[in-house]
Amino acid sequence: MLFASRSFCCLGIRTYQLRTDLLSRSIKLSASATMTFRHKNTRRIEGLDSNVWVEFTKVAADPSIVNLGQGLPDISPPDYVKEELAKAAAVDRLNQYTRGFGHPSLVKALSQVYERVCGRKIDPFTDILVTVGAYGSLFSTIQALIEEGDEVIIIEPFYDCYEPMVKMAGAKPVFIPLRYVFNREELQVIADLCIKHDTLCISDEVYEWLVYKGNKHIKIATLPGMWERTVTIGSAGKTYSVTGWKLGWSIGPQNLIKHLQVVHQNTLYTCPTPLQEALAQAFGIDYKRMDDPDCYFYSLSRELESKRDRMAQLLQEAGLKPVIPDGGYFMIVDVSTLNVDLSDVDEKQPYDYKFVRWMITSKKLSAIPLSAFCGPETKRQFEKYIRFCFIKKDSTLDAAEVILKNWNKQTA
Amino acid sequence: MLRRVGPSLRHFLLERKSSAGYSSYSSEEKMSRPVQARRLEGIDKNIWVEFVKLAATYSTVNLGQGFPDFPPPDFLKKAFVRALSGENHMLHQYTRGFGHPPLVKILAQFFGKLLGRDVDPMTNVMVTVGAYQALFCCFQAFVDEGDEVIIIEPFFDCYEPMVKMAGGMPVFVQLRPKAPKDGQLMSSADWQLDPAELASKFSERTKAIVLNSPNNPLGKVFSREELEFIADLCVKHDVLCISDEVYEWLVYDGKEHIRIASLQGMWDRTVTIGSAGKSFSATGWKVGWTVGSNRLLQHLRTVHQNSAYHCATVAQEAVAQGFQRELELYGKPESYFIQLPKELQQKRDWLVQSLDAVGMKPIIPEGTYFLVADISEFKSDVPDVPDSDEPYDSRFAKWMVKNKGLAAIPLSAFYCGAHKNNYNHFIRFCFAKEEATLKAANDILQKWKREKTSP
Repeated sequence: MLFASRSFCCLGIRTYQLRTDLLSRSIKLSASATMTFRHKNTRRIEGLDSNVWVEFTKVAADPSIVNLGQGLPDISPPDYVKEELAKAAAVDRLNQYTRGFGHPSLVKALSQVYERVCGRKIDPFTDILVTVGAYGSLFSTIQALIEEGDEVIIIEPFYDCYEPMVKMAGAKPVFIPLRYVFNREELQVIADLCIKHDTLCISDEVYEWLVYKGNKHIKIATLPGMWERTVTIGSAGKTYSVTGWKLGWSIGPQNLIKHLQVVHQNTLYTCPTPLQEALAQAFGIDYKRMDDPDCYFYSLSRELESKRDRMAQLLQEAGLKPVIPDGGYFMIVDVSTLNVDLSDVDEKQPYDYKFVRWMITSKKLSAIPLSAFCGPETKRQFEKYIRFCFIKKDSTLDAAEVILKNWNKQTA
Repeated sequence: MLRRVGPSLRHFLLERKSSAGYSSYSSEEKMSRPVQARRLEGIDKNIWVEFVKLAATYSTVNLGQGFPDFPPPDFLKKAFVRALSGENHMLHQYTRGFGHPPLVKILAQFFGKLLGRDVDPMTNVMVTVGAYQALFCCFQAFVDEGDEVIIIEPFFDCYEPMVKMAGGMPVFVQLRPKAPKDGQLMSSADWQLDPAELASKFSERTKAIVLNSPNNPLGKVFSREELEFIADLCVKHDVLCISDEVYEWLVYDGKEHIRIASLQGMWDRTVTIGSAGKSFSATGWKVGWTVGSNRLLQHLRTVHQNSAYHCATVAQEAVAQGFQRELELYGKPESYFIQLPKELQQKRDWLVQSLDAVGMKPIIPEGTYFLVADISEFKSDVPDVPDSDEPYDSRFAKWMVKNKGLAAIPLSAFYCGAHKNNYNHFIRFCFAKEEATLKAANDILQKWKREKTSP
C-alpha cells in the first residue's frame, strides 16, 4: 500500500508537466480557441458534476407527487424553535456577523449538551466548529485533514457526498460494504484498527437522536483511544427538523478542530447569526430536560418510531420487503418482487434509477435509488433497492398508503 | 475513516481476534507528517480572528470590522419574520441547492436589467453563503496548481489565502497614490494602477484577475476607463475576471458603479459577486450570489454541491422579498439602495471632518463604508520599533484599541507579506455606524489630540 500511494503521487506530477506543455502551445493559437481551454474547470472537480439530488429533488416542487425521496421532514419544527428564531431576528446585533468559528452562545450550548453525552470536558472555543450544515462539517474535515495520496475508507451504502468530497481533496475512496448495524463490539473493532494504524475517524452522527427501542447510539469518540483521532459531526437540521437552517458542527480535540477552523475561515468564514442564536436557545431548553421524556431529542424519536412501523406495514401489505431500520428516518425496500419490467429503458442505468423514475411518473410516488449510495463496484448489487423517507406528516403517509394499496389493482 | 500507511485492511480483519474491552494496541508509530493537509500551508493566520477578539475585549467604539451597528431595514426584518412564522413551514427545510427559486428569479430580473441582458435564474445565477463563499467557489472551480491570479493591492484579505488554498500563485499589483492637488484631501480616486505595470503582470499562466470595485479598504470606485483597460487585458490574454462587487450600491458624490461584466467581451469571462449582507445591512444573514454565463457557473455549481450545497432557506426567502421591493422602487427616493448610500455619505463626511480635525489625514472614499486615514503625523504615542516584524500600523491599531478603546484595522492587513511595510502608516475605519458611535469616536480622537498637545 505504501508503494501504491507513492506511485499515485508521481502520476500527479507527470500530469502537471503535461499541462504546462499544452499551455505554452496554446498561446500561439487564436483567442477563440484558447477561450475554450482557459475556461476549463479545475482538475479537482473533474467528474464531480453529476449528483443524484439535482435530478430527484426537482420532484419536490411538484405537489401532485407524494414525496418520500429526499430526506427532509414535511412536519413542522417545534414551535419553540421557530419562536426563538423570531426573538433572535428582533435583536439588531444578531443580524450582523458573529464569531467565525461559531456564535458564542451556540458553542457553549453545544459543549454543555455533548459534555453530558460524552462524559468529558469539551472546550466550546477550541473543540467545536459550527458549519453550514453537517455537509459543511464533512467538507471542512476532509479539506483540513485529507489530501492527494491519502486513502479514505467509506462504508457502503453511504451518504453520497462522501465519495466526491474525498475525490475533490485528491484522495482515493476505498469502499467496504456494511453487513450489519454497529453495536459496541463492531465499533470497537473499528476503533482498534484506527488506533493500530494511526488513522483518523470522521464520524457522521447527524441522526444520533433518532434511535428506536432496543437500540443505543454509541459515539465512537467515547471509546478509549478515540477522542484524539475522531471528528464527530452533528446537525441542527436533523436534530430539530430544520434542514433549511443549514447548521451543523464538528466536535473533536483541539489539534484536529483547529485545522477545520482554518478551512472554515478560508471558505465561508461565519455562519448566519440569528439561526445560531435560535439554535443555542433551543439547545438550552432541551438541555434542561435531558432527563425528561418530553425532551425533543426523545419525543421526536418516539414520533418517528410509530411512523417507521406504519411505513413498514404499508410496504409489507403491498407485497414488498422493507429493511426495518433501528435508527434514522429512512427505510430501504427490495422492489424486485413487484416484477416491474423496465428492460426496454436505457440499459446502462441501474435498475433502481429506472424504477424510481417510472414510479414517479406512473404512480406519483417518489423515492431515491439505493445505488446512489454505493461505490462503483457495488452499484449493481444494490440496484433492486430503493430508499423511502418517513419523516412525513400523517396525510403524506396516508397518500402513500393509497398508492401502495392500489398498486396491485392496476394492470401493468 | 482515513488510512495513511500500513498493510491492507483485509489482512488485519483476518488477523483480528474477537475483542471485549479496549484494545491493548498502543499507537507505536507517530504520524510521519503533519495531520493537516498541505493545502492549509501558510493560510492559517487571519487578521480578523485577532482584531475581532481585540475589539471585543477592549473597544468602546468599534470602527474596525466591516459591519453596520444599525439594523437592517424594517421591510427586510418583517420579511424574515413572515418567512419563519408563516403558514408555509417548509421554509424551514431544504430549498433548491443552487438558490431558492424566488430569490434566483428576482436576482435574474434585477441583474438582467442592470447588465442589459437576459439572465436566466436557473443557469446564470447561484446563491452562496455570503459573497465569501462565492469567492471560494470561484477559486476552487477555476484555479489549479500553478495558475496565476492577479490581485490588486490593497485587497480584501481573503483573496490571497483562497488562491493559495487552490494551489494558485497570487501575483500582486499595487494601486499607487498620486499626490492630491494642493490643499486638498486625498481621494481614493488618487490611488491608481500604472497601466504598464498592470499589463506586465499578465503571463501565459494567468488564469484570472480579481477585481473589487468599489474597493475594500480604500473605497476606490474604478472608472470606466480603468475598467476598460482591465477588460482589454482580460480579453487579450484570455483571462477570467472574478468581480467582487459587494459594495455596488455604496457609491457617493454621484459616481457610477460600472459592472465590468457589461463591457465588451466580458460577460463570457466574468463572474460577478454580490452580497445581501452589504446591500441590505444584514451581514449576519450570509446570503451572497454569483451571476455569470452558464459555461462558468456550471463549475461553481459543482464546487457548491460538493461543499455547502444549500444556503439557509428563510434568509433567502426574506432577501427575495427585499429585492422584490427594490425592483419596484428602483430609482425612486424610497429605494433602500438610494437611501442607504445617501445616509452613508453623510456619515463619511462627518468622519472625514473628525479625522482631519485631529491631524489624521483621511483619504476620501468614493464608495464602500470604509475610510483609510494616514496616521504618519499622528503616530507619536506609539514609537517606531526598528527591525520589528510587525508593521507599524498594526502595532498602532493594537495600541489604540487597548489604550483609547477605538478599534480600527491596519492597512497593512490588506497587503501581501512582502508589501506589508510599503504602506504601514494608514488605518482603516468603518463608518457604517450610528451617529452616536461616530460622535463617540470623535470624542476619543479629540481627547487624544488634547492630551498630545497639552504640556
